[in-house]
Amino acid sequence: MLFLLAFGFGFGPVFEQAGAGNYMQYLIPGIVGMAVLFSSVMNGVSLIWDKNFGFLKETLIAPVSRISLLIGRCLGGATTSTIQGMLVLLISIPLGFTMNWLMLPVAVLSMFALSFMFTLLGTTIASRLDDMQTFPTIMNFLVMPMFFLSGALFPVSNFPAAIRMVTIINPMTYGVDMLKHAMGGATEFPALLDVSVIAVLIIALSFIGTRFFSRLEA
Amino acid sequence: MTAIEVSNLTKKFGNLTAVDKVSFTVEKGEIFAFLGPNGAGKSTTIKMLTTMLSPTSGEMKVGGHVVSENKSSVRERIGVIFQDYSLDDDLTAYENLYYHAMLYRVPKSERKEKIESLLKYVNLLDRKDDLVGKFSGGMKRRVEIARGLLHSPEILFLDEPTIGLDVQTRNFLWEHIRKINREKDMTIFFTTHNMEEAEKIATKIAVIDKGRIIITGTSKEIMKRTKTKSLESAFLRLTGYDIREENVSALERLRNVRRMRR
Ligand SMILES: Nc1ncnc2c1ncn2[C@@H]1O[C@H](COP(=O)(O)OP(=O)(O)OP(=O)(O)O)[C@@H](O)[C@H]1O
Ligand SMILES: [Mg+2]
Repeated sequence: MLFLLAFGFGFGPVFEQAGAGNYMQYLIPGIVGMAVLFSSVMNGVSLIWDKNFGFLKETLIAPVSRISLLIGRCLGGATTSTIQGMLVLLISIPLGFTMNWLMLPVAVLSMFALSFMFTLLGTTIASRLDDMQTFPTIMNFLVMPMFFLSGALFPVSNFPAAIRMVTIINPMTYGVDMLKHAMGGATEFPALLDVSVIAVLIIALSFIGTRFFSRLEA
Repeated sequence: MTAIEVSNLTKKFGNLTAVDKVSFTVEKGEIFAFLGPNGAGKSTTIKMLTTMLSPTSGEMKVGGHVVSENKSSVRERIGVIFQDYSLDDDLTAYENLYYHAMLYRVPKSERKEKIESLLKYVNLLDRKDDLVGKFSGGMKRRVEIARGLLHSPEILFLDEPTIGLDVQTRNFLWEHIRKINREKDMTIFFTTHNMEEAEKIATKIAVIDKGRIIITGTSKEIMKRTKTKSLESAFLRLTGYDIREENVSALERLRNVRRMRR
């Protein structure tokens, strides 16, 4: 939250001088995306937690397909992360954010799709980890760059060419763009492309995650 | 019919061989005890039989299915009470059991009644809505016992089920085990280092030490073959008197239990 204020009010004037419109309005979808990204990947921690405290055994031994275990887990995690995203949206209203409220269901659905994708990512990573300590490292080296190089803070088109390359392979870029389609704001790609990228990633991660889940031992 | 068939089962952890070319069969409807001191390889064997750990080598068939090839069919047929803690501390006793009933597709209409009757048996009905994280060790174990008896598998595995249980719950457990074994022809596979338990409950015993099965048979057969008068002296003769720390503590504990009973 501090982050939102610091960026919003710090860069805002600079941004507006550059003639790019209201920075708050630009920033909020990105910040919602950030809340969703961080809390979703962190959902993976619960898997390591269950591993260490033994509860995972009870789940793994059950006569339930590994893909339903994975999807079930991630749907639960995605729900809490979506709520976090909605809270950020709620807080941003008194700060002057407005959007076409008829699009709200689409925005929530986008948040949910993004939450689900990143929860899958976090859970897939977590299924290969044994201790809690490794997780913050992953946050620093994977999640933070994903956030900063995504167009959440500045339009991707303003980045230098080398970094643009990175933003194009960054899933978060499409996630933030998708949120901007739903919540209003300057977008970079067609909505269809954003949705397709997220959908393909969900399918790919479900597949990989299921493979990893099948190999989990207790 | 054979419920469990194991041949040359081996599990290595690095250069430690926890289970060493173990072979045995358990017939359907049998109550089979895996008797051995601490570190013998009992839990490791159970984990492999129940799909939780993949073996280094060897063959296992559980409920007619090759475990390595058909894990999900095996999971359909078994129930397991683990030795290590396996409850969710953030759920209540009732919720832990309810989650299990869902996973094992206990019909919705029967869930509440079954859960409550089992919680009553283990004396926790009045605490059913408390978080298990706040329970005492023995109470947690009782929840695990109740949970393990919630669905009716073909084969029930129990890894040192009575550790930490009070006498009432222990009696309830064995009575219940005998009953479901008789009424449903359920095969029971349990591990213990308590000889009295093995002797009283099991129809067949395998003695395991340092990863190897030393002898298999009824308690009478084992006493006869070792020319001893009690399972305890048979056990001592078989596992030797060598002073491995873990071994001593197991036997020591056992003797203390006996002393207390006298
Ligand atoms: N995950 C593991 N990694 C390394 N070694 C292990 C692992 N699990 C078990 N072992 C080792 O394998 C051996 C057998 O362990 P196991 O848990 O099967 O014994 P047990 O017969 O169940 O003993 P207890 O009566 O204490 O429960 C022990 O020496 C143990 O240290
Ligand atoms: Mg054990």
